[in-house]
Amino acid sequence: MVELEKLRFGTDLIKRGFAKMQKGGVIMDVTNAEQAQIAEDAGAVAVMALHKVPADIRASGGVARMADPKKIQEIMDAVTIPVMAKCRIGHEAEARALEAIGVDMIDESEVLTPADVFFHIDKHKFTVPFVCGARSLGEAVRRIWEGAAMIRTKGEAGTGNVVEAVRHMRLINRAIEEITSMPKEVLYSVAEKFAESYCRLYNSIREELGVSNNLTPDTIVYEEYTFGEIVSGIYDILLEIRELGRLPVVNFSAGGIATPADAAFMMRLGADGVFVGSGIFKSSNPPEYARAIVEAVRHYDEPEIVAEVSKGLGEAMIGMGSIVERLQERGV
Amino acid sequence: MRVAVVGVQGDVEEHVFATKLAMDRLGIEGEVVATKKPGVVEKSDAVIIPGGESTTISKLIFRDVGGKTIAEEIISLAESDCAIMGTCAGLILLSKRGDEQVEKTKTKLLELLDIKVKRNAFGRQRESFQVPIEFKGIGKVEAIFIRAPAIVEVGNVEVLAKFENYVVAVRQKKILGLAFHPELSAEYGDTRVHEYFLKLIC
Repeated sequence: MVELEKLRFGTDLIKRGFAKMQKGGVIMDVTNAEQAQIAEDAGAVAVMALHKVPADIRASGGVARMADPKKIQEIMDAVTIPVMAKCRIGHEAEARALEAIGVDMIDESEVLTPADVFFHIDKHKFTVPFVCGARSLGEAVRRIWEGAAMIRTKGEAGTGNVVEAVRHMRLINRAIEEITSMPKEVLYSVAEKFAESYCRLYNSIREELGVSNNLTPDTIVYEEYTFGEIVSGIYDILLEIRELGRLPVVNFSAGGIATPADAAFMMRLGADGVFVGSGIFKSSNPPEYARAIVEAVRHYDEPEIVAEVSKGLGEAMIGMGSIVERLQERGV
Repeated sequence: MRVAVVGVQGDVEEHVFATKLAMDRLGIEGEVVATKKPGVVEKSDAVIIPGGESTTISKLIFRDVGGKTIAEEIISLAESDCAIMGTCAGLILLSKRGDEQVEKTKTKLLELLDIKVKRNAFGRQRESFQVPIEFKGIGKVEAIFIRAPAIVEVGNVEVLAKFENYVVAVRQKKILGLAFHPELSAEYGDTRVHEYFLKLIC
């Protein structure tokens, strides 16, 4: 009856499918089992296990790395909903460690200090799905080509200021609109432009050696992929976006969402769901904030409900009006 | 014909898409409506509870909105012998009994299917899988299991599909419960499970 030889794990369908199950939900940053429990009780669809929330990462400075696996394990044991965790951009060994622990999704995140200035992880080589940040269509498409099963706006984490998340959502949405009316040859030139990011290592080597840059479609530029293969992979994703009128993976919003109204706003702009980082556990009343944000995401198109759940919530996280260090510039 | 998809959280659009495509293929006139509020399910001929997080969906369907809940409406639809389908999280919510994870999270169930479910029966996301299985009345289907539950005890229901030692699809009159995600198969054109479901309505 069952064809066990056809049993497959970690296919694109399974990875992207997992992300789709999170739609319409709120994913909350937590740093211990107790916070994870508060998040689950409030109706979070998943939690992101961290050693510090982004606001504290900013405040403390230094190198931000993958959280202690023991902490992550404690959080996994505390709740029944999916547990995600962050690794540094490009840090394949951290990602492998997280996969070994059994986290449900890995966030290759600019909130941690990048480990590789040239490349992101080749996420197709993993069984576990990845989410990655993006602030433009080019970044989103590159991450999808590398195998990300979910995209989130980068926004500006730890600021409690929604402005950057809004900027990134608008930039991505408008670029998708532009693409839907583009003829194929123009789309192909966009693919070539988007693929240039993968040539930075090659280009800087040629420059250092003082030899001419004779990049051809057959030049291997990233992992085992040639420049030509990358262009054609990106072109296929662009064609899919043109047909669907949206990204082929779920697109969440993250980076600065602090209040129920912020969350509702991002949903109105077309987000499939939201990540709330420092906004909940840096507020004066985390359980109430958590519940209110879940309700606001569900009823984002009903202002009276967003108003109702926002009543008497207490202080939101203090937030930052001007941003000193822009984490979003990490990992393009 | 009107089919409501409970739209509070999860892969709602995928079910809407799969159901519409199945309707077209069967030549059925009708509409598919995703709903987040009470008032729509009660005016429908059938309802689908999608995949997502059962803890989240449960909280939202049992939440009182102006003296009504979506949960009550689903239960009264079942009482008038209308067709209902739950996939993955939806299966958990339709069940009579849950395992210790369901109890620990105090997840309220609709108790419409005489079965006991075990949440995350196959493990975490890393252990999620797809495999062809035999579905009674349909044939071989590619079943996509994502942090899937399994049916560990069956009462007065018909078993439609199994994987290893677990029951993964059952039917009780016109109520269908599946541990996997047929709505994701619609992406590559397979809508047979949704067609099977629509045929229960007429």
